[in-house]
Amino acid sequence: MARSARDQILGAIRASHKRGPLDGDAAEPARVRLETHPRGLIPARSRIAPAEQVALFVEMAQAVAATVDRVDTLADVPDSVADFLAGHNLPAAIKVAPDPDLRRIPWAKRPVLEVAAGKAEDPDIVSVTGAVAGVAETGTLMLASGPDSPTTLNFLPDNHIVVLRTTRIVGPYEDAWDRLRARGDLPRTVNLITGPSRTGDIEQVIQLGAHGPRRLHIVLVDRDDAA
Amino acid sequence: MKSTAHAFVENAREAVADRRLHKALSNMKAGFQNKRAATVAKLPEFEALRDQGRDIKNHVLANLDLYLERFERRVTQAGGQVHWARTAAEAREIVEGICRDAGAKTVTKGKSMVAEEIALNDHLEANGFTPIETDLGEYIIQLRGELPSHIIAPAIHLNKEDVEETFRKEHTHLPADRRFDDVPDFTNEARMVLRQKFQTADVGITGANYLIAETGSTVIVTNEGNGDLTQILPKTHIVVASIEKVVPTLEDATAILRLLARSATGQEFSAYTTFSTGPRRPGDLDGPEAFHVVLLDNGRSALLGTPAQEVLRCIRCGACMNHCPVYAAVGGHAYGWVVPGPIGAALDPGLIGVEEAHHLPNASTFCGRCESVCPMRIPLPKIMHHWRTQAFEKKLSSPSFRLGLKTWAWVAKRPGLYAVGSRLAIGLLAALGGRRGRFATLPLARGWTDHRDMPAPEGKTFRQAWADRRKHEAA
Amino acid sequence: MTAAPAADRPSVGLFVTCLVDLYRPTVGFAAVELLEQAGCAVAVPATQTCCGQPAYNAGDVPDTKDIARRVIDTFSAFDYVVAPSGSCAGMIKAHYPRLFEDEPEWQHEALMLAERTHELVSFLVDVRGLADLPGRPAYAGTVTYHDSCSGLRELGVKAQPRALLSQVEGLTLTELPGAEICCGFGGTFCVKYPDVSNKMVEEKTADIADTGADTLLAGDLGCLLNMAGKLKRQGRATRVRHVAEVLAGMTDRPAIGEPRR
Repeated sequence: MARSARDQILGAIRASHKRGPLDGDAAEPARVRLETHPRGLIPARSRIAPAEQVALFVEMAQAVAATVDRVDTLADVPDSVADFLAGHNLPAAIKVAPDPDLRRIPWAKRPVLEVAAGKAEDPDIVSVTGAVAGVAETGTLMLASGPDSPTTLNFLPDNHIVVLRTTRIVGPYEDAWDRLRARGDLPRTVNLITGPSRTGDIEQVIQLGAHGPRRLHIVLVDRDDAA
Repeated sequence: MKSTAHAFVENAREAVADRRLHKALSNMKAGFQNKRAATVAKLPEFEALRDQGRDIKNHVLANLDLYLERFERRVTQAGGQVHWARTAAEAREIVEGICRDAGAKTVTKGKSMVAEEIALNDHLEANGFTPIETDLGEYIIQLRGELPSHIIAPAIHLNKEDVEETFRKEHTHLPADRRFDDVPDFTNEARMVLRQKFQTADVGITGANYLIAETGSTVIVTNEGNGDLTQILPKTHIVVASIEKVVPTLEDATAILRLLARSATGQEFSAYTTFSTGPRRPGDLDGPEAFHVVLLDNGRSALLGTPAQEVLRCIRCGACMNHCPVYAAVGGHAYGWVVPGPIGAALDPGLIGVEEAHHLPNASTFCGRCESVCPMRIPLPKIMHHWRTQAFEKKLSSPSFRLGLKTWAWVAKRPGLYAVGSRLAIGLLAALGGRRGRFATLPLARGWTDHRDMPAPEGKTFRQAWADRRKHEAA
Repeated sequence: MTAAPAADRPSVGLFVTCLVDLYRPTVGFAAVELLEQAGCAVAVPATQTCCGQPAYNAGDVPDTKDIARRVIDTFSAFDYVVAPSGSCAGMIKAHYPRLFEDEPEWQHEALMLAERTHELVSFLVDVRGLADLPGRPAYAGTVTYHDSCSGLRELGVKAQPRALLSQVEGLTLTELPGAEICCGFGGTFCVKYPDVSNKMVEEKTADIADTGADTLLAGDLGCLLNMAGKLKRQGRATRVRHVAEVLAGMTDRPAIGEPRR
């Protein structure tokens, strides 16, 4: 039955357009578009030099209530995370994505910190993940699912910490797509995350932490030499 | 769902008298209009992006069959399954079948207008499943047994007091003496209650803002993150989407995303935009094991090639209703079907029939504010006019209105008669009301004088006075 | 301004509009006055009736087209057609050509007419380049201005009336919050959906009252009748006039809905 519904719907579309299936020259514009995925208009705001992209990313992320800390190397991340936890009276326990890059973080520098790796489970309060890219245009993070980056970490815990190298910050979304495409087929889930969870459903009052994280903290890492 | 669009006049009469409704709707100006204006002002390219959005969707609609086939192929390649539904009933049955095969009890749902269109919750409940809406606004109205009154803010017709009443009545397992002082109290309670539901759900159903032909991805845009928990925690993810939601590429989706949040809530970008492609991959630690996409036609293919085709560009941002003075006066429920406001007035007659929905395109002053904010440049008044034409041909307005109109048109085509008739009528009206300058009541004009005075005419028609003056000047 | 010889002056056919013709001839005389001040030779074709909007809005295409053909014929000889209404000018400019999509010859005529048709105030400013008012009108009072929808969105009438009003001696303009929101008139809308229309005009008159202005102006008589009727019903003292009356200095007549003096 589903098969025939398919043909009837496609047939109805063609009948409304008074034509048959698109093939040959008629299909060319769509085929070319799919193949070359041309970019459209990209706002001037995001067509800027890399250093300015980082500044814009920080500005835009903070404008949507994300917090940003900027550190020198991965070796500085444990202190930054510990400070964040202490500043919000959070327990010193984090669930970290099993991401090879994040494994290089010397968590032992802060021995009190309880570090576990894996996907998020119900009691996890703080997660730490990486990101494919940061999009300066709107302070947006791009995260891609995979064995080393489970998606639950992005949504279940109340606090989401993202460790992002500044070299991964791009101007527009299109640059982030290119980086992702370079990795191969799209993963199961790609999340564009812009600030913490929010809702305006009651009297249009914006309230953070509707279902996803109440806090989104971004640790920007400027240099590429780990400890 | 069952429509009450035919009863718009009665629905509207009740709605304009509803003070609680208007208190709730009064938040729209600051909440939506001002924020949109401020955000749009920050992006100089916004108008050009609107042109681009229009062009992308026009291209899609012209090549819709090709893109849908390509989308289907990519979903299948990614390990998912596409189902095609001609009607709401077919879509319901497909979803029911998937839930049954999954052995589901609890079904969580992200906000989906298509799910509302096919009245999915009622159907699932009737078949022994427990559907749970997870968007805060949708959850509230599900508890109240209501329909969404707005496509992006389903509970916009409610005030805090209404929500408190509902939560106290429904969340009986929570302490009766808990306090609801402010918005966070509601949000936190809903978060806590729904967190448990997310954990126990067997199937998660979301809608889709876009389907991407290039990659076979479905895209949802939310601020709460509920749509993500809905799709990554259960074993099965079902996407219900209408056929016109397909776009060619990630770049095209991105181009339209630049318009969506700005137009909808006045955000630069929504908190969560999620691209879902097939089920979880080998080695993934989480994500659904099965991925289904139900593509719904339900009358859309028949709109292609007609003057109403352009409604299919809609990206469901809600800007038209956020700026519509008729919507502000009556709220969403008065429209009587799933999609209210100007886009509903332009779309609903196409989906549920002009006989049922003819009031919706007629209940507009053609003020054009909707079109002026529509990110996809849908000519909403023009499409409403198209439906009015159909309604007129089908003689759907009242016989007295038609008689009045026909008589007027007959006279308006006969200038001599028109001049004499108008001179006499206006002379009489002026004689009756001129001293006071206005009428408090007038026979045959109750619709006007029930609510406002009718200013009296000056006395002569202009053309009469003009002729007199010319004569006087000549003399 | 010295009047140019008639031959050099552009001919303007005044499309009076049915509402001005019936209800408020003063607006017609004000329009003639302003057009003549702007150097135009004005004629008023006696066989005009209405632009056909009631039929158009009701979805009655055959009657609309019949009426449109009459308007096209009646006004074919003028350099310009000017209406003291954004709604009627918008009907001719934006909608006539679309009516005749399947009749190329009439569509051509409709397009020719559309090109030459203008709303009064925007014609004075944009076409005739009027920067000040030769009649040196004065109006003592604070006015607020409602932007009627068709003029605003179909024809871009927004700055022009404000520019000319700023030339009126003694007049202070206080902007109306929500000036671009429809007043709820909408032609037959207001009698077909009276409850909705009433709610809309209530919002409008509340905003008008909040400005504290003593006079409300707009460029469309339909909206003015609606707002004046509501203001009167609410017992408010706000005077209501068509903007052309003030620009032409013709404010000796009672305002809309005021008793005869």
